[in-house]
Formats: sequence, C-alpha cells, structure tokens
Amino acid sequence: MVERRPLLDLFTHFLLLLSAVALLVPVWLAFVAATHDIAGVNRVPINWLPGPHFFDNLSEAWTRGGFASRFMTSLVVAIGVTAGKIVLAMLAAFAIVFFHWRLRLVVFWLIFITLMLPLEVRIVPTYAVAANALRPFQAILDVTGLTWLIQMVAGIQVDLQWRLLNSTAGLILPLIATATGTFLYRQFFLTIPEELVEAAKMDGAGPLRFLRDVLVPLSGTTMAALATILFVYAWNQYLWPLLVTTEPERATVMVQLSRMVPRGDGAPEWNIVMAGALLAMLPPLAIVILMQRWFVRGLVQTEK
Amino acid sequence: MTGARGFRRIDGEENLERRATFRTPLLPWLLVLPQLLIIFVFFYWPTGEAFVWAFTLEQPWGGGREWVGWQNFFEVFNSAHYWSSVKVSIVYAVGTSILAIGAALLLALFVDREVRGSRHWRVALIWPYAIAAPAIGMIFRFVFDARAGIFSVLNTISPNAWDPSLNGTHAMLMLILAGAWQLVAYNFVFFLAGLQSIPRALTEAAAMDGAGPMRRMRDIQVPLLAPTFFFLLVINLTDSFTNSFGLVDIMTAGGPARATDLMVYKIYADGFKGLDYSGAAAQSIVLMGLMVLLTFVQFRFVERKMHYR
Repeated sequence: MVERRPLLDLFTHFLLLLSAVALLVPVWLAFVAATHDIAGVNRVPINWLPGPHFFDNLSEAWTRGGFASRFMTSLVVAIGVTAGKIVLAMLAAFAIVFFHWRLRLVVFWLIFITLMLPLEVRIVPTYAVAANALRPFQAILDVTGLTWLIQMVAGIQVDLQWRLLNSTAGLILPLIATATGTFLYRQFFLTIPEELVEAAKMDGAGPLRFLRDVLVPLSGTTMAALATILFVYAWNQYLWPLLVTTEPERATVMVQLSRMVPRGDGAPEWNIVMAGALLAMLPPLAIVILMQRWFVRGLVQTEK
Repeated sequence: MTGARGFRRIDGEENLERRATFRTPLLPWLLVLPQLLIIFVFFYWPTGEAFVWAFTLEQPWGGGREWVGWQNFFEVFNSAHYWSSVKVSIVYAVGTSILAIGAALLLALFVDREVRGSRHWRVALIWPYAIAAPAIGMIFRFVFDARAGIFSVLNTISPNAWDPSLNGTHAMLMLILAGAWQLVAYNFVFFLAGLQSIPRALTEAAAMDGAGPMRRMRDIQVPLLAPTFFFLLVINLTDSFTNSFGLVDIMTAGGPARATDLMVYKIYADGFKGLDYSGAAAQSIVLMGLMVLLTFVQFRFVERKMHYR
C-alpha cells in the first residue's frame, strides 16, 4: 500500500466483496436447487435458502447418471491428456532447444502453427480421422500407388484400419495434438544456462542422461503448473467427447451432464440436474483451489 | 481455452541461439517424432481435408468426390442463415469481451491496491475459470429458466415477460452473461499479473508528487496495462468464436429461431446433424481464416506494443 486511505480501502473491500458474491450467486442458486425436492425447486419466487434433500439428490444424480463409471472415464482421459502432453512436449522442446540439426526451425514452426487453430474449427474432418486413425496413411498409400504396387507384388490388399470411436485413445489423442506444453517447455529450457550443458558434456553425460538427470528435476515447477492447467482443460472438454462417444456407456462426465436434461419440451428435474452439475464441476474446482499458485502460474505462462 | 494462442514472444527470442548443444543427427528426430506424428494425423491431415471438402461435393450414389470450385462457398455466402449466424457471433463476441474485460480490469485495479487479504481475494475471484462450460451453461440455464429461475416471478406478474426459450434477445443476454462470467476470472489473472509487474518505484514516485490513487490509476496503471488489454481482447474474441460451443449446445441449442446460432455451433449442426460435410467444411475454412487473422493481429500489432513495458 502506497499511502493510507481508510475510506478508499473500505470501498475497495466492499466492491471486491460485492463482485465475489456476484460470481458466487449462480453457483449458490444451483446448490440451493440441489437441496430441494421437485416442488421446492419449481417454486415461484425462487428459493434462496437450502432445503433438506441435498444428499438424496446427490445420490439420485450419481446413480441416474451412472457417474461412477463416467468419473472413471473422465479421470482416465484427464490423466492421459495431462501425462501425454507433458511427455510429448518435453521431448519435442528438448530436441528443439538442445540439439543442432537441419530443419530444426521447420519442425519448430510445424509444431507451433498448431497453436493457431483450435479443435473446434476443424471438428468435422477430425471426426473422420477418428473413425479411422490410419486413414491419412491409407490415403497416402492410395495416392502414391503403393497400395496397387503391394497388391500386385504381394497379393495383399492394404486396408489400414484403426477405429478410435468410443475408445479411450480416441478421447485422448486428438486433445494432445496441440503445442501448448511444447511452448511452455521451450520457454523454460531457454532459461537453462549453457554452462550446465557444457558441464554435463564434460562429465561425459549424453543427451538422454542430461535430460533425465538435469532437466527433469529442474522442470518440477513447470511441470506442476502445466499439469494443473492441462488437467482442468481435459476434464472440461465437451465437444470432442460428445462426438467421439456414440455409446452412452462410454460418455465422459460432461457429456453425461448434458444428457440429464430431456431434449425437447419436457421440464427438467432441476434438483437432480443441479446436483449432477455440482458433482461434475467438483474435481477441477478442487484442483484450482488447492493448487492455486501453480494454476495461476501455468495460466499466465502458457499464454505468454 | 488452453488451446492457447501462444505466439507472444517467439520472435524476440529467435536470436537466443545456443552454442552449447548436442550434435547427434538421429536422436532429435526420434524425440520429436511422437509429437509430429500426432499433429500430422490430428491436425494437419484434418485441416487439409477441410480444404478438400470445401472445394468438392460428395456424390450421392457414392461416386467419390467431385471438384466444384467455389460453389460451396457461394452457397454459404448466399444463405441468409449464415449471415444471421455471423451477426449473432459478433454480438456475442463483442458483448462477452466488453463485459469480461471491463469487469476484470476494475477488479484487478482494486485488488492490486494490496488491501489486506488480497491473496484471498484472488482465490475468491479466479475459481470460475475452473468450471466447465457445460456445467456453467446448465447452471445459468436453470438460473434464467422461465418457470424455475430467478425471473420466474416476473412471469407471474405478466406472462412471457422473461423467457429465453422463446425470446431471442433474452437467450442472447443469458448466453453473454454466462460467457462473460467464465472469462472474467481469466482476464482478472492477467490484469493482476500485469499490474504487479509495474515497478513500485514508479507508483511511489507518483504518490510523492501528490498523485492520488485515482490519478495514478489513470496516468500510470491503465496506460501501462495497454499491452495486456490488447492481448486479452484478442484472446477473448478468439475464445468467444470457438469455445462458446459448450454453452450454446447446453443452454439454447442455437435457438430460439436461430437467435443464438453461433458460427461454431452452426458448423457442428450442419456437419453432424445436417450431414452437409462440404458446407460445414467451407464454414470451417471461413472460421479458420478469422482465427489466422486474429493471431496475425496479435502477433503483428500486440507484440510490438509489448516492448514498451
């Protein structure tokens, strides 16, 4: 604080309190809705105070949505995306920063251009790829005439198929295909002093040894920040899981939540739906609150 | 949102070339191979395919794809539905950005005054960023529901005074509020980070010269935040053009009467419900162009301004 201004401080606190409350209002109303029975939730005017049915609604939402297995799916996807992105990002950034090789800059830009177009804008063809992940390779073989050649020589009809729909890999892989983490790791690796590389080389450490014994231990902070961000990002995915899980049993938590409201004119059972919404948003919320420091750091760094 | 348009600061650092590096010819390729494979299959191939689809038409009896030139684009641009979708997308993008940036700037300026417990204020203001679009969409849909929500009481006074499922303006308003609610937290983090990087000596010198908090806000903090402001503007616009899918799908499904049929939702609806892949691909190309343009603006103009800090 630069100078003492009690009145302004009071006003500051008041304004902040007001905004914090304003942000909280929708979630509070959702919580209140989840504590009433169906009559209470449809009362006019709306209830502002909680009722006695919270745990009934929670367990009803839990069983009706089949949340036990949905949570499992979402957890596997979130951890898969987080771990996958971190490993890929670290290896790629390592190659780009610590090696001298031709085409280094080309590869660098090939990777970083992917930051520009989010999954949403190329969703239709990505779906076609998910229906058969080997489709690009099949198409290349077809166009170059290799399919024909192989059939003539070996008598084998080449037909590459890898169906990703409704599979865990199908949920995870397309979400990994961006460069967010690679960028963050590159920024971090650029701050590693050259002397460290020299020293490692002098001690006879090869590149992989250097990665394992120097870079990985040093990047703990970066990894924690990236992991919180990625976990929240992956858990909250909606469009891609919606498309790729055509069987209801394979749905993620978010997709399941959207299915708790009847399409069409039927009035939703808001008490159950709101209980479901609270359940679905809990894991990322817990991460952000518990790991606030890492989260903020990751957020600011990934965008820079 | 962490799809992250992270082009900031790339170019200044290119001259940070390392001299001490490893020289093994094969290893770097092995290290980047997994990432390259995955972006080839799930990024470059689909993006390329979008272009092919946009210029071709699938034959109804399965005779492969026929080259039709710009025809798909002409059809998209001649459709009144498409232009109404562009219009509502712009309304939504501008509405959420103004609301979210304005509110976040105000809050950050006050939290930065380092009033007691500012660390707690930060938690109290950033948690909405963790809430998924479908969850918050569902919550806002309930809160603004015509029969069960907070405005249900208006409908008992005069019927249909508030109904987002019938009135397009109400639906758009509800959507903008939900979108802004989510973005405020995100913008707040960046404004606060920007404010805290302003040297304290500057603020103290100004205070010693007799500048009060309001004067310092106007003449020091707000001008020095300009780069952050432009950066967030681009991010917010990008986000509201692409990331709005979850909110629209849960809250309005593009209705009523296409009043909230945002571009990203229309691509999904035309492609997966209407099965018009060529039309959806053409629309995707237009949206991609918009994203590239925004990234270019950010890279070209916002980057420049960064140096002035």
